[in-house]
Amino acid sequence: MANHDPAVKPIGGPPSDVEHIKIESNYLRGALEETLRNPITGGLPEDDNRLLKFHGSYMQDDRDLRLERERSKLEPAYQFMLRVVAPGGVASAAQWLVLDELAHKYGNGTLRLTTRQAFQMHGVLKWNLKQTIKTINDTLMTTLAACGDVNRNVMSGPNPYQSELHAEVNEWARRLSDHLAPRTPAYHEIWLDGEKVVDSLKGVEVEPIYGPVYLPRKFKIGLAVPPSNDVDVFSQDLGFIAIVEDGKLAGFNVTAGGGMGMTHGDTNTYPQLGRLIGFCRPEQVIDVAEKTVTIQRDYGNRSVRKNARFKYTIDRHGIEWFKAELHDRLGWQLEEARGYHFDHNGDRYGWVKGYDGKWNLTLYIQSGRIQDTDDYQLMTGLREIAKIHTGEFRLTPNQNVIIAGITSAKKRKIAELAGRYGLTDGAHLSALRRSAMSCVALPTCGLAMAEAERYLPHLLDKLEPVIQEAGLSEKEIVIRMTGCPNGCARPALGEISFIGKAPGRYNLYMGAGFTGDRLNKLYKENIDEREILETLTPIIHHYAKERLGGEHFGDFVIRSGYVNATTSGLNFHA
Amino acid sequence: MVQLHVTNSPFSESQAELLNRLLPTLTESQRIWLGGYLAAFGGAAVAPAVQEPSAAAVQEPAAAAPAASREVTILFGSQTGNCQRLATSLSGQLKEQGFTVNVSAMNSFKTNALKKTENLLLIVSTHGEGEPPDNARSFYEFLHSKRAPQLEGLHYSVLGLGDTSYEFFCQTGKDFDKRLEELGGTRLGLRVDCDLDYDEPAAGWFTQVIGALNERVNAPQIAEAAVEAAEHADAPASPYSRNQPFYAEVLENLNLNGRGSDRETRHLELSLEGSGLAFEPGDSLGVYPENHPQLVEALISAMGWDAGETVPLNKKGETGSLREALLRHYEITVLTKPLLEQAAKLSAAPALQELLLPERQQALKDYIHGRDLLDLAVDFAPWKATASEFVAILRKLPARLYSISSSYNANPDEVHFTVRAVRYEANGRQRYGVCSVHCAERVQPGDKLPIYIQSNPNFKLPANPDAPVIMIGPGTGVAPFRSFLEEREVQGAAGKSWLFYGDRHFVTDFLYQTDWQRMLKDGVLSKLDVAFSRDTAEKVYVQHRILEHSRELYAWLQEGAHIYVCGDEKHMAHDVHTALLTVIEEAGGMSAEAAAAYLDTLQQEQRYQRDVY
Repeated sequence: MANHDPAVKPIGGPPSDVEHIKIESNYLRGALEETLRNPITGGLPEDDNRLLKFHGSYMQDDRDLRLERERSKLEPAYQFMLRVVAPGGVASAAQWLVLDELAHKYGNGTLRLTTRQAFQMHGVLKWNLKQTIKTINDTLMTTLAACGDVNRNVMSGPNPYQSELHAEVNEWARRLSDHLAPRTPAYHEIWLDGEKVVDSLKGVEVEPIYGPVYLPRKFKIGLAVPPSNDVDVFSQDLGFIAIVEDGKLAGFNVTAGGGMGMTHGDTNTYPQLGRLIGFCRPEQVIDVAEKTVTIQRDYGNRSVRKNARFKYTIDRHGIEWFKAELHDRLGWQLEEARGYHFDHNGDRYGWVKGYDGKWNLTLYIQSGRIQDTDDYQLMTGLREIAKIHTGEFRLTPNQNVIIAGITSAKKRKIAELAGRYGLTDGAHLSALRRSAMSCVALPTCGLAMAEAERYLPHLLDKLEPVIQEAGLSEKEIVIRMTGCPNGCARPALGEISFIGKAPGRYNLYMGAGFTGDRLNKLYKENIDEREILETLTPIIHHYAKERLGGEHFGDFVIRSGYVNATTSGLNFHA
Repeated sequence: MVQLHVTNSPFSESQAELLNRLLPTLTESQRIWLGGYLAAFGGAAVAPAVQEPSAAAVQEPAAAAPAASREVTILFGSQTGNCQRLATSLSGQLKEQGFTVNVSAMNSFKTNALKKTENLLLIVSTHGEGEPPDNARSFYEFLHSKRAPQLEGLHYSVLGLGDTSYEFFCQTGKDFDKRLEELGGTRLGLRVDCDLDYDEPAAGWFTQVIGALNERVNAPQIAEAAVEAAEHADAPASPYSRNQPFYAEVLENLNLNGRGSDRETRHLELSLEGSGLAFEPGDSLGVYPENHPQLVEALISAMGWDAGETVPLNKKGETGSLREALLRHYEITVLTKPLLEQAAKLSAAPALQELLLPERQQALKDYIHGRDLLDLAVDFAPWKATASEFVAILRKLPARLYSISSSYNANPDEVHFTVRAVRYEANGRQRYGVCSVHCAERVQPGDKLPIYIQSNPNFKLPANPDAPVIMIGPGTGVAPFRSFLEEREVQGAAGKSWLFYGDRHFVTDFLYQTDWQRMLKDGVLSKLDVAFSRDTAEKVYVQHRILEHSRELYAWLQEGAHIYVCGDEKHMAHDVHTALLTVIEEAGGMSAEAAAAYLDTLQQEQRYQRDVY
């Protein structure tokens, strides 16, 4: 990749507004203490909201009520989304119970499992943020760095087939998470009544990895355990693919420069896949991550935020430059990448016995939303299980939950509870629905241009008869929907994807690889539901009739010429 | 004025009504003449006393002292400004007849001048549980204290304003009347107690006292214009008044509470274009409502009446359909003892007569509370009266007063007001506030509302735009402060301003939130403290916020700040008053007595004003 590639903007402009906010924040303090207390507004000024992200939260408002409230001379229904870090998606039953209680006490009575295996709570009022965050910390979890221009929740495959390996890989996820966590005392000062640290010692950097301005943009790390690519390792800024040799974790292949977000109408922004750059030993993972982060810290675009992700840094300088820079900072060289094989990125539902003899139950959670409805007491059912469960809860990258490490003694009781509350492994649902994923979008997400979580189930209701008629009910097709192109549900990796353009209107993308190894491509722009169905129905029937043995939908639409294969983010728009 | 009743006199209903209308208009000499006339016909002299009869009024020859003074003192105690307006009007009429008149609020009157006062006319309203209005309190306490002088030389009369639906109807007027008699004063004329529709009885009292004063000074002119003048006591600049409301077009009608609130507060904007009406911050808007159509239908159906039947709409002889009468002309949501007394004669069931027996006073009170005419119609059926006879005993549907929430100078030709919809269940039925629910449910932009301006001279911004103001107005009590601040913004006033606001929930009940935020940002409002009572474990109210800021608040007072309190009288205003005393006591390092005196002084200096209801 050449430095002068026209798709990559040169850097060198003045620092963006957010860079000013960060540098002036005194390590993420800003005026937060004061503006959080201001009783006249339930919101925060934009500067402090930016900083609040680093603390794991940001301001939203119920967009359904915006106009109505404006007419009523009320400010928007400001509320805060709170994200809880869970490296590898692991939480104890006790932690689950605390989050469940907080969601009811301070949130909107629901929890959302994110596409990065974290927990989200919505609808927390400003006055309740402190108590909520304090309680989360008391249960040995944190919200620090769940959002913001830092390393985010580290993902790791929760594959229940290989529990021993899972535990080991997950331990690396946790260590990466700890190592890359911000060190500023601001978090303790603001939320945990920690003592004010007046000034750092002269010459000692408060943030040894990040420095006072942190990263130019968010940074994402994921660890995949083949054959599952459930973490979508190629969508990560920095990916690690576990290499198992002789039943032991030999190390990780390293990928760099992936990312999902883009901006509609701006071809200088695009989703990109991480590129394989080598192999490292398990104990070298932290070093590789730290040095990669510092390279992005020093070379990332701090002028234009939408070109600030690591993928653009790499595409601007070239992957070989990055490797050289990394080796230089490491003081040692990565080995040659080793062989691996992915065969899917979805979840395997139902009961599975792990290597340690313990049981794992993977439940299907629609859009990751844990809630009770009139006819489905999901949240209550999970709470009852958490009360007796001695193992863990593992959130999957597909927003499902695994009740993991169930002892044989507890299996009957948990199965009974799951049965009583009708907790579903999704077996009665179509494969299409089980493989579907969406972001939150309206009404709380400020970026959403169209519905996602609230609409995808309805669209699937209409697509399922088509799938059924075509005889594809058991065929997994990765289908994703987001309300905007920022990519929370990793839409560039859907075999079929919808990215919101305007209320009721979506861009339709097709042709991603089933295992998350190829980006999709725009097929139709700005279409409504009728056009979506009119477009997809003949393609689905075509696929049913003419697919080759084992051929996935994403491969088929390329072979049949509906879309061209996207071989790199740089030709995503081509 | 309903003073003679079937139950307290030997007269029939129609006789009592005639007498009630006639008696207040009689001058002393007319009454004496009439007494003699009736005595001459072989009966005992009629007791002219209407309430708490006093022989003095009849026996005292009013015109006895030829050297009687032409100086008249009119003192008023007024919360909403009605009494003040009447006082001004009476003063004008007396001046036309050559009297020297001194009009003042009771709390501004120098009590040491009382001993030398010969002619004293009191006009006073009654509030809550029979309490005097704010600016009558100190005078009331003085007269009822040991310091009150003997007043043998005093000639006086009292006009009371009140509402018969309250147990202590016109109590303050009655108290003054009785007390002045105890102190040796002589009545110039009998006290008249006015119900909500006070114009006619007030005009009658005017005629009576003017006549009596003229007789005292041997100047027997008759004030023929009195009735007319009293009726037009309101805002003379415009042809529109309480008795002739302006039909104002509704420009906007919206709910100020966010979705999910258990409250509904309407913000209405009306056009005053073409009315000639104007107002000042602190004034109120009188709104004539319509009764709830469902209640009207239910009442007509319960009584077995015909909605189209022609009935009188008022005592002036206008007629209209029964439905129209009950919708727009008569009060059907409030029961009063006088109403029940008259209704008892129309009911064929003995139960109502029994309820009115003296020993059942408490039962009557309990019954009246929270019930309306439909309850009465159902509970004491069968009825032996026609619809026309029945409506004749009803009170005129009164206008409701709301604090104006806009500044005329900021929004010329508009008036905004703020109404909280009152809905509750009582005695097994959903009840609706007449005007508030009318505004909330049946008034659309484009409709017209009959309104008038009620000026409130006792709730006014400081004349000095540099004087700081402290405004305490939880709930709809915040309405006039929107008007205050809009006005100060237009004036470019330099004075600091501090608003205390409270309600139940921050998210849904922060009335005019974005207005305050803007005013804070623009510096029109200097400080805003809020208390939301249902958002936290312990309930927090405005008085808690006041106490939290006692030092600063006291400092503002020392700098000359004016304090305004608007809203609920029963709890809020009382608690705020106590909190203010505590602030002055603690931050000012004063004794409780000194703090009370400090606050009294503020009140006398018009620096502590309240508009409470």
